[in-house]
Amino acid sequence: MTIPPVPYDIAPTSASAVSPEEQQFNDLIAADSRIEPRDWMPEAYRKTLVRQISQHAHSEIIGMQPEGNWITRAPSLKRKAILMAKVQDEAGHGLYLYSAAQTLGITRDEMTDALIAGKARYSSIFNYPSPTWADMGSIGWLVDGAAICNQVPLCRASYGPYGRAMVRICKEESFHQRQGFEILLELMNGTDEQRAMAQDSVNRWYWPALQMFGPPDDDSPNSAQSMKWNIKRFSNDELRQRFVGMLVPQAEVLGVTLPDPDLRWNEEKGVYDMGEIDWTEFHEVLQGRGPANARRLQRRRDAHENGRWVREAAAAYARKQADASTGTALTQTAVA
Amino acid sequence: MSTPSRTDAVTDVVTDVVTDAAGGVVTDAATHAPDRGHDHGENEGHGHVEVDGVELSAELVEGPSVASHDVAEYALWLGDDSLVLAQQLGWWISRAPELEEDIALGNIALDLIGHARSLLHYSGAESDRTEDDLAYWRTEPEFRSAHLFEQPNGDFAHTIARQFIAANYLFELYSRLAGSADATLAAIAAKAVKEVDYHRDHAAQWVLRLALGTEESRARMICGLGDLWPFLDELFVDEPLIDRLEGVAVRPSTLRGPAWDAMAPVLREAGLDEPRGFISSGGGRRGDHSENLGPLLAEMQVLARSHPGASW
Repeated sequence: MTIPPVPYDIAPTSASAVSPEEQQFNDLIAADSRIEPRDWMPEAYRKTLVRQISQHAHSEIIGMQPEGNWITRAPSLKRKAILMAKVQDEAGHGLYLYSAAQTLGITRDEMTDALIAGKARYSSIFNYPSPTWADMGSIGWLVDGAAICNQVPLCRASYGPYGRAMVRICKEESFHQRQGFEILLELMNGTDEQRAMAQDSVNRWYWPALQMFGPPDDDSPNSAQSMKWNIKRFSNDELRQRFVGMLVPQAEVLGVTLPDPDLRWNEEKGVYDMGEIDWTEFHEVLQGRGPANARRLQRRRDAHENGRWVREAAAAYARKQADASTGTALTQTAVA
Repeated sequence: MSTPSRTDAVTDVVTDVVTDAAGGVVTDAATHAPDRGHDHGENEGHGHVEVDGVELSAELVEGPSVASHDVAEYALWLGDDSLVLAQQLGWWISRAPELEEDIALGNIALDLIGHARSLLHYSGAESDRTEDDLAYWRTEPEFRSAHLFEQPNGDFAHTIARQFIAANYLFELYSRLAGSADATLAAIAAKAVKEVDYHRDHAAQWVLRLALGTEESRARMICGLGDLWPFLDELFVDEPLIDRLEGVAVRPSTLRGPAWDAMAPVLREAGLDEPRGFISSGGGRRGDHSENLGPLLAEMQVLARSHPGASW
């Protein structure tokens, strides 16, 4: 959105006074409107968004790996096509999100470098391995399902480019979740071995999926400010509760057991009570001690390093084309 | 200042997705197989994903069209080429030099798997076998792919060299097959030709970028082209089957000239000479394969074969 020009002679009279730009920002937030790239924004707001959007982008990119692992082995051609399309969608989501982050003054290269140097975070869930085909179902049903609960409110995030990217992403994620559900349904309707494969996979992914909503509200340092800025709309625990409420009837349709013996309907509160989440495991994986942290980063780094000469070639070619078209240089003599 | 309203389309989408996520999905997913592909309607050009291969009816002429034995064999040749190439390209997704290429190579692989499914579905009807019976339950000598498609991904330049030859061959093939006396083959080809036209454009652009980019990329492109060129000849060999399918199949030898005419200007602009080296004796159409096919099939078939009779 456009900001009306601010007269230059208006300056804050004291350190405590709110500048006109800041007032405008506050007004936009109060009116639940969008902040756009050229609008003034507090540095902390910008930093929070860069952190959140780039982490989200990295999660999409690293998240391609556990499923990419099964493209070559998908058990039917239909499943192979669907899986390819899905993993490819994730690359697309990564692209939208990197673009949204770029509007905040960071480059894709900087973000990529931080990722492969191990300095940037991504969703911990992708540090778990995908040893069986049923994991393609669980990742869709549980991981994408949790992602949707997290992300739908982000469509209304105060930062315009992020919110708009999330609209597109949520449409596709919703489709992915159905695919995952359908993979599990097919397995649960199949042979004993297939049913066991599905249940084992749900057992492995259920708790990590619940951890995707982040630490409990009383242990989530950044949440309050993000909610004030209309980036975050619901607390971690609220979203987790909503997710479990959504899963229970779906698990019944599937015929899988959710691996929480304490899970039961609380008539009084109108929500499901659930067992204790193992936050030690969450923090362990977050700190790099999960089953596949090293492998995920190594593969990303390998792809990046192995592709360097290709990117350099594309850049060099583009420069030569630009030079040739402006007539400033004819540098294609090497091949003439 | 134009303040976007929160009650606009965004809200509609949000509501829609929430409904999906919060319970509607149960009955929906249970009753609707996700066979409708993606609706990425707003995407421009070819850069969108469409799992149209998932729903075969759009590209198949439904009805009494069961191929004769010879036509089924011919469809198998073409289907195997696409399947094997798609299997190779699928490996790149999450490993490409840049995200845009993860997407582009993924698109190409998806198109090819769509072609393979249509062709194998048609081929299998004659022997009462499904596309998956053919893909997962045939042994290596029963495959009919040409050696070019079986060649490993190598580095990105090798993949591009393979794509460059394959897409130009397939474009010329499908352009003509669209006029086949066999209505099903004609319909499949008419759809496929538009897609492989994009594939050859993608390959040509990369041949130019790599050949004219840096010293290293040029050396790699020359190497890639040299390593893949020996497998060009096999594509243009007229096997006896072709004589029995006059008007139905496209005679491979007639494609050599047009395919070369399409490739030559790109090579010229790239400053690349036609490689003069080995020529592979081929044999894929008779079930004699390169050493690459066995491991490729082992990987592709392993899960399906561990669960005979299961459906997925």
